[in-house]
Amino acid sequence: MSDVALDPVVGSTPRRPRLFRNPWRKPWGLLLVTLGYLLWSLIPVVIAVVFSFNAGRSRSTWQGFSLRWWTGEPFDALFTDPSLRAAMFQTFRLSIITVLIAVPLGTAFAIGIDRWHGRPARGANFMMLLSFVVPEMILGVSLFLMFTQLIDNLIPLGTTSQILGLATFQMSYSVVIVRARMLSIGPEYEEAALDLGARPGQSLRRVLLPLLSPAILASVAVVFADSVDNFVIVRYLSGTADSEPLSVKIYSAARSSPTPAVNAAATVMLVATITVVLVGYLLYRRFSKGQEPADVGGFAQV
Amino acid sequence: MASAEATAEPQGGKRSREDQAAGRGGAWFPRWYWPTFTLPGTLWLVLLFILPFYTVLSVAFGTVEPLFRTPLPVYQPWYWSFGTFDTTLEKFYVSPAIYQEPLIRTFAYVFAASAICLVVGYAVAYYTARYAGKFRVPILLMLVAPFFISYLMRIYAWQSLLQPGGYVDDIWGIFAEPVNWLSGKPVTVILGLVYGYIPFMILPLYGSLDRIEQSMLEAGRDLGASPFHTFRRVTLPLSKPAILAGLVIVSLPMFGDYYTNDLLGSQNTSMLGNLINLAVFQPGQGQEAGSLTIVLMLIVVIPMGYYLRETRRAAERA
Repeated sequence: MSDVALDPVVGSTPRRPRLFRNPWRKPWGLLLVTLGYLLWSLIPVVIAVVFSFNAGRSRSTWQGFSLRWWTGEPFDALFTDPSLRAAMFQTFRLSIITVLIAVPLGTAFAIGIDRWHGRPARGANFMMLLSFVVPEMILGVSLFLMFTQLIDNLIPLGTTSQILGLATFQMSYSVVIVRARMLSIGPEYEEAALDLGARPGQSLRRVLLPLLSPAILASVAVVFADSVDNFVIVRYLSGTADSEPLSVKIYSAARSSPTPAVNAAATVMLVATITVVLVGYLLYRRFSKGQEPADVGGFAQV
Repeated sequence: MASAEATAEPQGGKRSREDQAAGRGGAWFPRWYWPTFTLPGTLWLVLLFILPFYTVLSVAFGTVEPLFRTPLPVYQPWYWSFGTFDTTLEKFYVSPAIYQEPLIRTFAYVFAASAICLVVGYAVAYYTARYAGKFRVPILLMLVAPFFISYLMRIYAWQSLLQPGGYVDDIWGIFAEPVNWLSGKPVTVILGLVYGYIPFMILPLYGSLDRIEQSMLEAGRDLGASPFHTFRRVTLPLSKPAILAGLVIVSLPMFGDYYTNDLLGSQNTSMLGNLINLAVFQPGQGQEAGSLTIVLMLIVVIPMGYYLRETRRAAERA
């Protein structure tokens, strides 16, 4: 379109002709880098998934297809090894409870902080943002030291402390997502509802929350996926081996002698997160029909 | 106070809207109404975010039980002593400075990995924002996918590929002598870090490059700038905030990373994160873990502060 209009202008600067060789040529170099990057970033994962179906014990030499490491082996497959099975349950238990805590807390915080102005509000907001950017390692070690040192074993390491730690780390995600939505809807709809005689509780329930539902949904998906994948915090707070979720099992196995059952475990995590995110995304699109698509943009912010 | 703020931010369609909401909201909502919403989250963070930090300080600046060296945290700041913290610090610079090499390595690896992330990430983001055309959505999906694949799984996948006899060896073997990639090679660890964190670089860059209007670039070209010049004088300055944000976002977790090294490196490539991780689980090293965590905090506090300031500014501009 613009090629036609601009070409003659560009062509008429004869002083530096070499630089102006067809400026709309295909950027082959960039295309190669991008393709190379995409292949580099995804192929190892695909190979890891494929190797969960390896017939042999190796995770790097293909020996034919089998379900041996999923169900076949009597004790070492993903669904027969009691420790891996327990880890699978632990992963989902932690993630679901984390979602149930972090998303409501984060949503309420985002609503309040958007409407409440003043010094204490800024302080609370700063603390929240700090928890958003602080490296997980620092939070993990801090929580570990707190649960082991302060108020001696009031809450022992294990599922409870893991959930407390995860929810702390994940709350900020839902705050960021819901807050962005709050900013984009503005106070007008609520004011209209209040003008029309709604009580504050009604305007919250009937106007604000429905408007926020896509963002709440998005944060459920993100928090769940991120909790399934979490490793640093969950590992430090796991205490004994039976509260270790899949991510920690993968780490420990990778350092000793992993079998393709580990690949199968990783595949389960992959399928779980991708499914939740896809379902979340589809629902999100349904909920926010006709409004700006902010999903990828939201992730870009994170 | 309020008027001073109003004059400080004169260009505020936003500001006036807030004032309006606050002013009128007063009639509808009692003063405590909105603060109540933030209360649970705030309390939660005080108990499980601020208090843990305070515990770290109390452990690091406390004392240790002399026999088993278990930490005896001191919770009153006025009794804090810095002796044991100093002993840890001295391991960085007083001979034999056993922590010095890991620290230097940390900075070198993070620097190298962030630089590679920037160069590759910029190219990918630029292509996607400008040239992807009808492939934009599938490419974006592929760029977002790594966020939802466990970090551990992605590094584990590379560990499998890089094993002696793995696929990388097979391909490399065609051209050169086989190399044991997992024997503590800096290249492997740096590329592992790049692999792990580069998605965090690409998305902000994409977001920023996508917002640059095509017409800006055309204006640059119309005014006689070469493509390179247009890039340097228009695109690059406009994407600078995203570049800095991206560098911060990828380098922050890299400074505390230990698992990439545990899976792809060896003791010869260990970093600050590895020191902390070892101290956490070793009996009698609790205090060391606390002190090293404070060192890590001191390192990341500047990039973190920068990032927070920029986000606040961006929010004010919006």
